[in-house]
Amino acid sequence: MDIIYNIFAILEKGIVDGLTPSLGAAVALAVMAFIKVFLVANVGLIMVMVFIYMERRVLGRFQVRIGPNRVGPGGILQPLADAVKIMIKEDIVPKAADRLIFNLAPVMVFVPVMLVFAVIPFGVGVAGGQKYYMSVADLDIGILYVLAVTSLGEIAVLMAGWSSNNKFALFGAMRAAAQLVSYEVPLVLAVVGVVIVAGSLSLTKIVEAQAVPFIFMQPLGFVIFITAVSAELNRTPFDLLEAESELVTGYHVEYSGMKFGMFYLAEYLSAFAFSAIISTLFLGGWQGPILPSYVWLLIKILFVFFVFIWVRATLPRVRIDQVMALAWKFLLPLALINIGVTAVEALLWPTFPWFLAPVNIVIGVLAVWAMAAAFRSVWEPQWKPARLAATPVGG
Amino acid sequence: MALKSQPIIVNIGPQHPSTHGVFRLRVAFDGEVVQDVEPIFGYLHRGSEKLAEERTYTQIVTLTDRLDYLASMTNNQAYVLAVEKLAGIEPPERAKYVRVLIAELMRIASHLMATGFFINDIGAFATPLMYCFREREKILDMFEMCCGARITYNYMRVGGVSHDLPEEFYPALRSFMAEMPARIDEYEELLTENEILVARTKNVGVISPEKAINCSISGPVLRASGVKWDLRKADPYEVYDQMQFDIPTGAAGDCYDRYKVRIEEMRQSLRIVRQCMDRMPSGPVLARAPSLVRAPVGAEAYGHIESPKGELGFYLVSDGGISPYRCKIRSPSYINLTALRDMLLGWKLADLIVIFGSIDINMGEVDR
Amino acid sequence: MYGLGILKGMVVTLRHLFKKPFTVEYPEQQVPRSSRFRGYEFVWYEDRCTGCASCAKFCPLGIIRIETSTEQDPGVGGKYKLEKFDIDTGRCMFCALCVEACPYDALFMGSKFERGSYSRAGLVVHKEDLNKGEKKPSVYYRPHLEAAGYHNEKELSSREVGRW
Repeated sequence: MDIIYNIFAILEKGIVDGLTPSLGAAVALAVMAFIKVFLVANVGLIMVMVFIYMERRVLGRFQVRIGPNRVGPGGILQPLADAVKIMIKEDIVPKAADRLIFNLAPVMVFVPVMLVFAVIPFGVGVAGGQKYYMSVADLDIGILYVLAVTSLGEIAVLMAGWSSNNKFALFGAMRAAAQLVSYEVPLVLAVVGVVIVAGSLSLTKIVEAQAVPFIFMQPLGFVIFITAVSAELNRTPFDLLEAESELVTGYHVEYSGMKFGMFYLAEYLSAFAFSAIISTLFLGGWQGPILPSYVWLLIKILFVFFVFIWVRATLPRVRIDQVMALAWKFLLPLALINIGVTAVEALLWPTFPWFLAPVNIVIGVLAVWAMAAAFRSVWEPQWKPARLAATPVGG
Repeated sequence: MALKSQPIIVNIGPQHPSTHGVFRLRVAFDGEVVQDVEPIFGYLHRGSEKLAEERTYTQIVTLTDRLDYLASMTNNQAYVLAVEKLAGIEPPERAKYVRVLIAELMRIASHLMATGFFINDIGAFATPLMYCFREREKILDMFEMCCGARITYNYMRVGGVSHDLPEEFYPALRSFMAEMPARIDEYEELLTENEILVARTKNVGVISPEKAINCSISGPVLRASGVKWDLRKADPYEVYDQMQFDIPTGAAGDCYDRYKVRIEEMRQSLRIVRQCMDRMPSGPVLARAPSLVRAPVGAEAYGHIESPKGELGFYLVSDGGISPYRCKIRSPSYINLTALRDMLLGWKLADLIVIFGSIDINMGEVDR
Repeated sequence: MYGLGILKGMVVTLRHLFKKPFTVEYPEQQVPRSSRFRGYEFVWYEDRCTGCASCAKFCPLGIIRIETSTEQDPGVGGKYKLEKFDIDTGRCMFCALCVEACPYDALFMGSKFERGSYSRAGLVVHKEDLNKGEKKPSVYYRPHLEAAGYHNEKELSSREVGRW
């Protein structure tokens, strides 16, 4: 029974101890790290396929229809068929496109997301009296590393839109530059509250500090974080960067073949990464009663993604100026209130006992209600469009 | 120092997911703000008015099916009313009730489609669209029981309708009427108070009542601006003068009011359908008219109805033969489109799509 | 409270998650068709047809081509012998005005719609194809068949299918 819970820890200890006498400690650790990276990369890509399938089937059931169910039993080979189709398509580069940046943009979108997986703790195990965390590298600055690395993907969006030499793509890229950069601010500030409660930036220590999951201890932070993550992932209601009905897929409209496959993959990979981050930061990571730790994390990740799909099925899209107003005028003050309240609680009750959870929930609901009431006059502007002297469109 | 800038000219081309057909819009943008708009249409022109001069009056019904192809029954009704005025044929009572019943069901189907696609353009990825289409399927199944087809019906004839309602129509209609009010309430629950929808559509694309009347706009767009004008009450045709229903109007003339007006019109259509069902007399459904209809030389007639998109009218001139001399179609989408430029200037790209979706244009009608 | 509209919408969507999907999985399941369905095929009874060509005259598109034999004279009340009876179903719009026009109940719409072909010429239906085809007519514009409650169950002979 213990073997199932600690299988990965036992394997790790076995490999390192087995290789140390022959190769030396440093090389053995390097081999172990390589094996871990290999496993995590593969797990990430396989989970992307699961996510794509899950999104299409669950979205279909929300819309009283069946999703894809022809390819393979129950349609589970559909993402594989999609991948094969994308790979065998012709790679078209527009004649007037900036070739270097055009070719570089998909790579730059994909790499930062893969780097996030290095710090996510997938579980925990005990082998030979020692606790092993199932993450590739248990950095002390874990969450700071994640936030820094994901910001690199934004420049790639701008590169893709600009180099396509297409006005629709440029529209999408300009909107992206505004949206993705604006939502970094509430994202980071929501994490600060969590860090104050946990007392450390390391992801493993944040999980261990969650006797009460932080969704109850930091409800306001959770709401802000999940909204900001929706915007960072370009998911509805913030998917105006690839608004199909307006911009015909926005910044990646000129990409075809595997380059488009990179964008597609990076989108779902970052959904997986951020769902993992949310589960780690707010839902208690790998902790749970009966099942092994890695299974619990998987269940939580799937649940968070289900909430994303649910929101996508229901809500319409927000306009770009409303998106910016939401980030700067609604989420930012809420995040600052959250930090203030958490800091005061940290001074008075440094160990954060459990009764602070209902207190924080009440404060969170009141703050959201007050800000929404104040924000409503900002959100529904009564502005009239400027009566411009029409410049003729011409021939 | 003011920056010297040049507007970007973007071609929201004939092939676009939200232009509701083949419609081309050349827009000059300054950033995201619309500066000028040039609509270019004609991609679906099939020469319906010229073809009508070579077909007999009964064969033209098949041409009118294809004008507003999403609401074919009301096209048929408008044309058939014009011919009956021209040739002096009076349909029997039961035919009039059947026509009103079918036309109101068609209005519900058309408004369902308009609402579904409007919300789809705003961004709610197809979910309300799928719900609306589920109900539209039931209406189309009922029409299939009547006349055998689902989109181009060819159902109404000069002097009545071609077939009587079959036996299986009545239970289907009863079950539809039983569940439809709950479904409309469900759409309202999903959409009407949704803050994002309100923020996207309130005060967007406003057109004042004076401007709407000056531009000859008709239909839900006119009623949303506050003008209480509905041809079913202003110039009643068939048996609408004996039906009791209200005309929903809006106050502000923005996209949100147009959406609300369509939802309310669906409810009023259900009322009319119920009254038709209760009061339908028995009798023949087709008047005894010659199959090759002729009208006196030089006779002219204009028959118009309140179609789901606005006032649809047919102007027919006869030269005594089996075909009309001239058939002119006054299509509501074409006339509503002339006010597009005024509605769009000064708004952003995202609003452009929303406003265009809320006017509910059908390119088959615009291009004929 | 601001924000409740969104939550109400999300509850509606969640309710739909647990309902049965509305999809009909073609081709294993078929959408039930009504008895008056104007299918994409024609059912023709040669021994009822007199060669009057009313169907060709009433067709709005002019896609019916009838050639009768010039050898024999039918006489009063007799029938022309048909040499050619072509319907170009590639251009047909299935409006069934030809069915309405036929005075002898010889032409009917069918009920099948799965008729694909690899060339446009393959869509033209000739006299031999009409004679070989299945004789299961649709009851469109044939009130006597509808009164008899017929719905594509069995093949009808030329005596059962007409009014005289």
